[in-house]
Amino acid sequence: MQVDLRILRFDPQRDPAPHWERYTVEADPMDRVLTLLHVVKEEQDGSLTFRRSCGHGVCGSDAMLINNRNRLACKIRVDQLGTKITVAPLTGLPVVKDLVVDMEGFFAKYRSVLPFFVNDSPPPPRERIQSPAARARYDDTTKCILCAACTTACPSFWARPSYVGPAAIVNAHRFVFDDRDEAGEERLELLADGDGVWRCRTVFNCVDACPRGINITRAILEVSRAAVERSA
Amino acid sequence: MQIDHDALVVGAGGAGLFAALELAKSGVSTGVLTKLYPTRSHTGAAQGGVCAALGNVEEDHWEWHMFDTVKGGDYLVDQDAAEVLAREAVECIIDLEHMGLPFNRTPDGKIDQRRFGGHTRNFGEGPVRRACFAADRTGHMILQTLYQNCIKAGVRFYDEYHVVDLLFEGGDGGDGGRAAGVVGYRIADGELHTFRAKAVLLATGGNGRMFRITSNAHSLTGDGMALVYRHGIPLEDMEFYQFHPTGLYRLGILLSEAARGEGGTLLNRDGERFMSRYAPKLMELAPRDMVSRAIYLEIRDGRGAGPDGDYVYLDVHHLGRQVIEEKLPDITDFARVYLGVEPLKEPVPIVPTAHYAMGGIPTDLRARVVRDERNAVVDGLFAAGEAACVSVHGANRLGTNSLVDLLVFGRRAGREMAAYCRVAEMPAVAADAPAPVRAELDDLRGRPRGESPAVLRTELQATMMANVGVFRTGEMIATAVRDVASLKERYERVRVEDRGSVFNTDLLEARELGYLLDGAEAMAHSALARTESRGAHSREDFPERDDAHWLAHTLAYRGEPGPTLRYKPVTVTRFEPKPRTY
Ligand SMILES: Cc1cc2nc3c(=O)[nH]c(=O)nc-3n(C[C@H](O)[C@H](O)[C@H](O)COP(=O)(O)OP(=O)(O)OC[C@H]3O[C@@H](n4cnc5c(N)ncnc54)[C@H](O)[C@@H]3O)c2cc1C
Ligand code: FES
Repeated sequence: MQVDLRILRFDPQRDPAPHWERYTVEADPMDRVLTLLHVVKEEQDGSLTFRRSCGHGVCGSDAMLINNRNRLACKIRVDQLGTKITVAPLTGLPVVKDLVVDMEGFFAKYRSVLPFFVNDSPPPPRERIQSPAARARYDDTTKCILCAACTTACPSFWARPSYVGPAAIVNAHRFVFDDRDEAGEERLELLADGDGVWRCRTVFNCVDACPRGINITRAILEVSRAAVERSA
Repeated sequence: MQIDHDALVVGAGGAGLFAALELAKSGVSTGVLTKLYPTRSHTGAAQGGVCAALGNVEEDHWEWHMFDTVKGGDYLVDQDAAEVLAREAVECIIDLEHMGLPFNRTPDGKIDQRRFGGHTRNFGEGPVRRACFAADRTGHMILQTLYQNCIKAGVRFYDEYHVVDLLFEGGDGGDGGRAAGVVGYRIADGELHTFRAKAVLLATGGNGRMFRITSNAHSLTGDGMALVYRHGIPLEDMEFYQFHPTGLYRLGILLSEAARGEGGTLLNRDGERFMSRYAPKLMELAPRDMVSRAIYLEIRDGRGAGPDGDYVYLDVHHLGRQVIEEKLPDITDFARVYLGVEPLKEPVPIVPTAHYAMGGIPTDLRARVVRDERNAVVDGLFAAGEAACVSVHGANRLGTNSLVDLLVFGRRAGREMAAYCRVAEMPAVAADAPAPVRAELDDLRGRPRGESPAVLRTELQATMMANVGVFRTGEMIATAVRDVASLKERYERVRVEDRGSVFNTDLLEARELGYLLDGAEAMAHSALARTESRGAHSREDFPERDDAHWLAHTLAYRGEPGPTLRYKPVTVTRFEPKPRTY
């Protein structure tokens, strides 16, 4: 089948502003959008620029706005989209070139929530013991691949770019609910700040965007509740 | 611009990050350069598990793990290295748990363990539960945990810097020079920076992208291997490349061995569990080289499934929804998303997929790069992870042993580099160290016309897949040798369309194609010379293992017209080579 593919292009060294380009690509319904981007790059315009690595939805390189929803290009198939497909960079992050956005701000927010395990008591000679139930408590949020699909789909983030955003909260959640971790208080304090969890308006765009199927809104609510309990 | 650090780590997968963490802990000024954001590294794609003889769910001993590693590698393993691997695996896993890694747990709260191919109890009696895991996201959790701890330790990252050259002082790497740094190409703006350091670690991963069907990321182009090769340092055992038995049909996306470890079966078109004819004791859990060959033979003998009879099935439906959803969620999702197949109900079409480079940059037990058969050390240069060959995998790597290798030798590399940095002086580098590579890049970008690199890459992948794959003959490999030589020649005239300096992936992909060609050249020549079958190197014209002539590691040195091959002995300590049956 033939796909009518429109891509929002921008080369800062050539273009005054982003503009749509149109490509016709021969495709199989089971092809992914990433395959189409490769076909365009290899056969029609070598300057088309996008990030990708694993090619199967686990590295988080290729989140983009596909038919107006945030998707991983390597995980969304043509048969799920139809023969008219539009591809644009993620919203709310500065565009570097074509589909590549500047991720620094996104990672700075991630780093700001202490996204690491803290336990300063001397470790036992073997592993720390954790029950399967306690391990399951934070399983969902361990899946995050930092692709930024959630944060850049969030209207609260668009309205207030200083909001830490869903991805950072998900990564805080992963530690707040790990019973081996000791920095929960500190993290909750950080997230109770004006740019923290209270900015969430439960619009669920993040849940819809997450390629890993993480229940992000629930994670944010759990963190908010923990923050309330802490201050109460 | 010139940037100085005591130590540089190139690559931020499991091997690079563990080394960086050790360096940071020792207070050594360290920079990590990576062409991808660290969490995009392919370590994150590893699924099934990481072995260590913890003995949490049944009796186990590191000696058994060592034995399995040696036998799995068809006795080409250096046994002193396998001993280090099996012993230190235990500490490394405990270390990672203490860093927060969320392993799956046993009912009493310990790290859970499951079966994996080739891992046995009591020197081969039957499968043992040795693989520690976090669902089927073990690599993801290792990568995340190490990255998180690097952030905590304040490691300096240079994200999206493509390392395009290595710098040496006092002669080239192959001529007794010592490492002095690297040249990094900043992808954001195309600037070349000189990074000077006393110690440099190459942890750049594998090169599976030289094959058409592969589980490897697009970025796995063997950059570190090619860079040392270009500086006169040999590549070791490149002919040993692993094909994993279960890649998704046509795509090569991996379905972890964990599926078989949990009880999944392999079926041919008649629904027969054909492994009973090839490895009656271990069945589907025989080592990968054997299972991949069995699949090829089934297909070749007309027992493949599908309209073209060109695949077999992996069946997990009998494991039940709970096991599948709790222990194999991701790979189930892959089958649904990429093939539209529902593993809860139907078997999944699979084929062997190019997966892992057993060979690579030769190193010693201290992760130092060595440059000849007498193990002369290249001062200041270290390698670890899939890019390196120490050699713990020999002719065939066992499942889970790559992650163990990253951890054990990544950690060792960090410690060795810290010790080296304390005594070594800062080397000198030329004022315009990037000049040679700048000229190469400008040339590549400046050609007015020429062939597309994508065309050459496709041809390379086709010939390597067809001729240097699961089964090989002298004639087939000779075809690949010729094809690679002519592709290398055509490569001199490829043209890059994108002339810009901002995020020029067109240019970098062309550069990476050059690295793939170097790796393919070393692989094909090494394979042609080795007239025996051992592990993953299976010659139909020489079907037997030949210890009298070939119990030796290949060293391929770059040369014109093709590489020069030399050989070094295998270290045998505890286990005399025996025929390998399962
Ligand atoms: C799908 C899949 C599943 C697997 N499952 C398992 C498993 O269950 N158990 C197991 O033991 N093994 C498994 N493996 C193998 C194992 O995951 C890899 O061998 C291992 O992760 C490699 O790690 P690494 O640190 O050497 O390199 P990688 O994780 O590949 O990282 C390479 C790094 O080098 C950087 N780099 C490369 N070139 C350059 C350059 N020119 N300049 C700058 N940076 C550069 C990249 O940015 C990246 O950070 C699996 C492999 C695959 C493909
Ligand atoms: S390329 Fe890795 S997530 Fe799509």
